[in-house]
Amino acid sequence: MTKAARERPRGRGYAHWRFPPAVPVLGVLVALLVLLPLGFVASYVAASSWTEIRQLVLRPRTAELLWNTSRLIAGCVLTCAVLGTGAAWLVERTSVPWRGLWRVLLVAPLAIPAFVNSYAWVSLLPGASGYGGALLIVTLSYFPLVYLPVGAALRGLDPALEESAYSLGRGPLRVFWGVVLPQLRPALAGGCLLVGLHLLAEFGALQMLRFPTFTVAIYEQYQSSFNGPAANMLSAVLLACCLLLLLAEQRLRRRARYARVGSGVARPAPRVRLGALTLPAVAALALLAALSLGVPLGSLVYWLVKGASSHVAVGPLGAAAATSLGLGAVAALVTVALALPVAWLDVRRPGRLATLIERSTYFGNALPGIVVALALVTISIRVVPSLYQTVPLLTAAYAILFLPRAVVGVRAALAQAPPVLDDVARSLGLSAMAGLRRVTIPLTAPGLGVGAALVFIAVVTELTATLLLAPTGTQTLATQFWARSDGLAYGEAAPYAAVMVLLSTPATYLLTRDTRRAASR
Amino acid sequence: MTALTVQGVTKSFGTARVLHGVDLDAPARGLTAILGPSGCGKTTLLRLIAGFADPDTGTITLGEQAVFTGGRSVPPQRRRIGYVPQEGALFPHQSVAANIAFGLSRRERRSGHRLRELLDLVGLDREIAGRNPHELSGGQQQRVALARALAPEPDLVLLDEPFSALDARRREDTRRAVAAALRAAGATAVLVTHDQAEALSMADQVAIMRDGRLVQIDRPATVYRQPRDAGIARFLGEAVLLPADVIDGKARCALGTLVVRAPGVTGPAEVLVRPEQLRLRRDGDGDGDGPTATVREISYYGHDAAVRLSLHPDGLPITARIGGTELPEPGSEVRIIVTGDVLAYPTSNTRGSDPPGKAPPHRP
Repeated sequence: MTKAARERPRGRGYAHWRFPPAVPVLGVLVALLVLLPLGFVASYVAASSWTEIRQLVLRPRTAELLWNTSRLIAGCVLTCAVLGTGAAWLVERTSVPWRGLWRVLLVAPLAIPAFVNSYAWVSLLPGASGYGGALLIVTLSYFPLVYLPVGAALRGLDPALEESAYSLGRGPLRVFWGVVLPQLRPALAGGCLLVGLHLLAEFGALQMLRFPTFTVAIYEQYQSSFNGPAANMLSAVLLACCLLLLLAEQRLRRRARYARVGSGVARPAPRVRLGALTLPAVAALALLAALSLGVPLGSLVYWLVKGASSHVAVGPLGAAAATSLGLGAVAALVTVALALPVAWLDVRRPGRLATLIERSTYFGNALPGIVVALALVTISIRVVPSLYQTVPLLTAAYAILFLPRAVVGVRAALAQAPPVLDDVARSLGLSAMAGLRRVTIPLTAPGLGVGAALVFIAVVTELTATLLLAPTGTQTLATQFWARSDGLAYGEAAPYAAVMVLLSTPATYLLTRDTRRAASR
Repeated sequence: MTALTVQGVTKSFGTARVLHGVDLDAPARGLTAILGPSGCGKTTLLRLIAGFADPDTGTITLGEQAVFTGGRSVPPQRRRIGYVPQEGALFPHQSVAANIAFGLSRRERRSGHRLRELLDLVGLDREIAGRNPHELSGGQQQRVALARALAPEPDLVLLDEPFSALDARRREDTRRAVAAALRAAGATAVLVTHDQAEALSMADQVAIMRDGRLVQIDRPATVYRQPRDAGIARFLGEAVLLPADVIDGKARCALGTLVVRAPGVTGPAEVLVRPEQLRLRRDGDGDGDGPTATVREISYYGHDAAVRLSLHPDGLPITARIGGTELPEPGSEVRIIVTGDVLAYPTSNTRGSDPPGKAPPHRP
């Protein structure tokens, strides 16, 4: 219904509808909060003298970090693109058996935080470190970020284009290369951007693998010497890398075509018959699942069993779980509340202001946790020292980092309740409040819940910002796990990791739900 | 009695003026269609009547009650106006029964009597009451939306292009069912549409809107037979417009000398001939009088056909609509006979009222 409404040319669109004038003001305030770390880093660089910048940035260490970071990103983006697209094509476009199973197994690695994955590998194979180890482990953790959007795009493609290509005498491979792949470009570019941004922000996994990138170095700089200026300057370089990635993705996207004729796909796309290649295809998917899912889960179970033979401290585990749950719940509520005006403007009042606000909140996706944390530490110490290492400041960091997830959920929720339904409710004699109670809230609640759940899970497995900003003595599952795995106490760390994986599973379920729904239709 | 009176209503969005002083009387228990091309302001007018937005100036009166006057506005929930939006917009989280009963009091909702009455009224099977909106066809959704709007017995029902999302076959059935239900309920209705066949076949009164103004309000037969200007004539179906010279109620044009219906026009003019007024004879049959033409192309529709012709001697393109039983061959010569009288518009006037660069007229 909404799709058809969007396609109808309707002059001024939503300009017909009234809306509360406070919403744009709130939206601007949210955008300012999100831009705070960015503004801080920019003003910090602007306030520094040239010699200072030269001293702190132009040194061999920076070159080494830049080299490490960029070769890891280049390698990992490439392998993720190949693995993610290949797996998506096998599952969505060929006759490979057990499609439903693969759809779940290929997304499930997202439930295992990357630092838990690298702990699992390192504890089994102490030699898995350096570039090779890092590349292997982060690829296994992040390829679903490419698999998910590409799979969705493959399902949404108009099969008529492929059918035309087949009818013109092209074989399956040439059709994929010449017809399908060009249409996947926006999805592929988006997925690769996510992988790149995750890598720039990744701290725990790479620290454990002793592969120093910018984020790792900033943390060490800050933790070892409390060297604020150096850490802040490296933050600026890291941010520049993020912006570079964003720009590259924008360029790729702009050249790609989004235009799709027709409102939806009525029939399933043609599938390539694998024939004799079925067995190798199944083996490849099984190997990918075994490495990305089997190894970390197996390792966790192994250490759980082994650790149980000594003793598991149930008290600290319970306390950490309670802290994580509490922080997650508070952050989820706050973040969804902040997302409301942003999504509202974007859905109901599209225009330049709405786009600007929405884009700036999207920065949260690109901001590494370390940069946000460092900026908030410095600002709070300088401006409001009483806020330093408090729950509100930590919550603000979570909100900045995870706002995009909440906006996605809230926007989907609002799209479920187009304003025309408010109009109908009012024409049937309902007051604005009654309309809210009987129409808007029942329709948007599920979407808001999804947004809150996604933020909640992200907070529970967040490590970097929590390490820097958590009040002294506050231990979450992630920080407890980190403290133990650092000291090679693998058996003691396992229960914390296991609880985090268990808590992340519902979010993964939410991510695959749309996939399964589309598939069952 | 007049159920709805709109007087001097204007509305702007930012700097863009959408409505330039609209006056409209909708008679009680009748269906008024507001007909105009996309973007002419008709949906805006409907939303002002419903109370979803307020006019800049003007008054809106429902029966005896002024719902908008001098900046004072009755909120939509107290106007007692039913509203059927595009594509129905049923509440997706509620069953058909809950949708229809949405505007009823708690007691009426519980009894279920009114629900059955309304399902019968719009011609829907009582069994679908338990279904969810997404399980219905587009036409069924529209009927449920109408039942929902009629449930609280509103003084006026507004329909905003309610059939545009339906495919051709369902559209006709749904239109008839909706018109019948409105008549049976004795409701006053205002329908907004860009489809002239819909307006002409359903409405008791058609108001033509162009660029934010109502340019003609008449009964369907009148607006079709006597459009006020050439632009309206073209908008209301195919029209053959030919330059002519009018003297003493006779127009001399490429189709010969034709009788002009409305007197008073003299001098250079444009005459309006509807394609169905043209009859074709094989050249050489009967008397050799009258204009001849070459058949260029035939679109055959079964019940009738559109024949595109080049008029001799200048090759002027015209279209004739004839019965589907006896068709000329493409390329053959035919003689044209005009039946009935024609309308003439003074040439200077038509130029003025027809803005340059306007889109070509709709085809039926």
